[in-house]
Amino acid sequence: MDPFLAVADLVAYTLLGLPPGSPTAAAVHFFVEDSLKIFVLLVAIVFAIGFFRSMLAPEKVRRILGGRSRLFSFPAAVGLGAVTPFCSCSSVPLFIGFLEAGVPLGVTMSFLIASPMINEIAVVLLATTIGVEFMLVYVATGLVVGLAGGLAIDRLRLEHWVEDYVWKIRMGQTQLPDGPATLSERLAFAWHQVREIVGRLWPYVLGGIAIGAVLHGYVPRDFFLEYAGADNPFAVPLAVLAGIPLYSNATGVIPVAEALLGKGVPVGTVLALMMSIAALSLPEIIMLKKVIKMPLIAVFVAILFVAFVAVGYLFNALYS
Amino acid sequence: MKDIKVLGGCCGNCDTVMRMIADKAKALGAEIALEKVTDMAAIMAHGVMSTPGVVIDGKVVHAGGMPSAAAVEKWLTE
Repeated sequence: MDPFLAVADLVAYTLLGLPPGSPTAAAVHFFVEDSLKIFVLLVAIVFAIGFFRSMLAPEKVRRILGGRSRLFSFPAAVGLGAVTPFCSCSSVPLFIGFLEAGVPLGVTMSFLIASPMINEIAVVLLATTIGVEFMLVYVATGLVVGLAGGLAIDRLRLEHWVEDYVWKIRMGQTQLPDGPATLSERLAFAWHQVREIVGRLWPYVLGGIAIGAVLHGYVPRDFFLEYAGADNPFAVPLAVLAGIPLYSNATGVIPVAEALLGKGVPVGTVLALMMSIAALSLPEIIMLKKVIKMPLIAVFVAILFVAFVAVGYLFNALYS
Repeated sequence: MKDIKVLGGCCGNCDTVMRMIADKAKALGAEIALEKVTDMAAIMAHGVMSTPGVVIDGKVVHAGGMPSAAAVEKWLTE
């Protein structure tokens, strides 16, 4: 039996004595099961990745992408975006560093779109909480949107909307320090990664689980069928709009998506909301404002908006 | 005396790293000149893209994420 489920049963029905089937029991059960499952998996994934140190530093990605043909650099940018972690604070230096290395603007944008949506944590959590099929659909559409968004910006030739000072910055050469080498160094590094990454993510994750639990327990199924069901053509664009001011990490969105799918909200609408929350956010836009001019920000937001709405309608049609 | 620069502008992480280094230096009695670099051109000139970065006497010793307490101690004592 699923140990997380067993503990959730124990807490909700035995310890708290909540009657099975009541909204509170459902919410508490969801909260306990998801908190345990997500945090155990989160620690395990971050530790494993930290141990093998298979993640790439942005400095390395820059060297890989610089001065290559677009045929190589576009797919490579979305692929590397998916496996390279960077905090939203680093998006400005990353943007400048890529352009300085001769990486085209469109390719850089592809990387910036794909990176926050897809990462190894989201992949494992989606597969275990919602299902492998949904995970594959999410990853595939995320990659396609990153590729399409970057290609569109490339075609439109918007380099003149990049702030002038960006082109003048010259990056220095440096030998970055080596990573851990011995077994004990690797273990220490992996544990340090767990403390740092889980320490940064936990408020988003807990917040996401709490929202998911409330939706799961208290909001009736009919509410979603009426407002976010397949019959409402505005549900998808509204989901994308709602996701822009909302800012969370891809990890924190997963429990919310799980609860919404459980309530019968169509797959496309959930995908559109998830991608909008993870990839389009006010803090990200404020960051990018330092390096690109307003019209390019508008184009960036518009392209992603159209792409997410298209993803929503497409998958609602496919799965209905 | 070591010349230490912390690279990075936006998030609280950089301030935390500044504090880690200052506290450790005080505890060890090490003499340092600590400086925070927020200018993007100056940060990039060190070849660093992921912040916070740490530069000691002109050499990049750390880039991206929080350094461990052990690492900070090693920088100050070496």
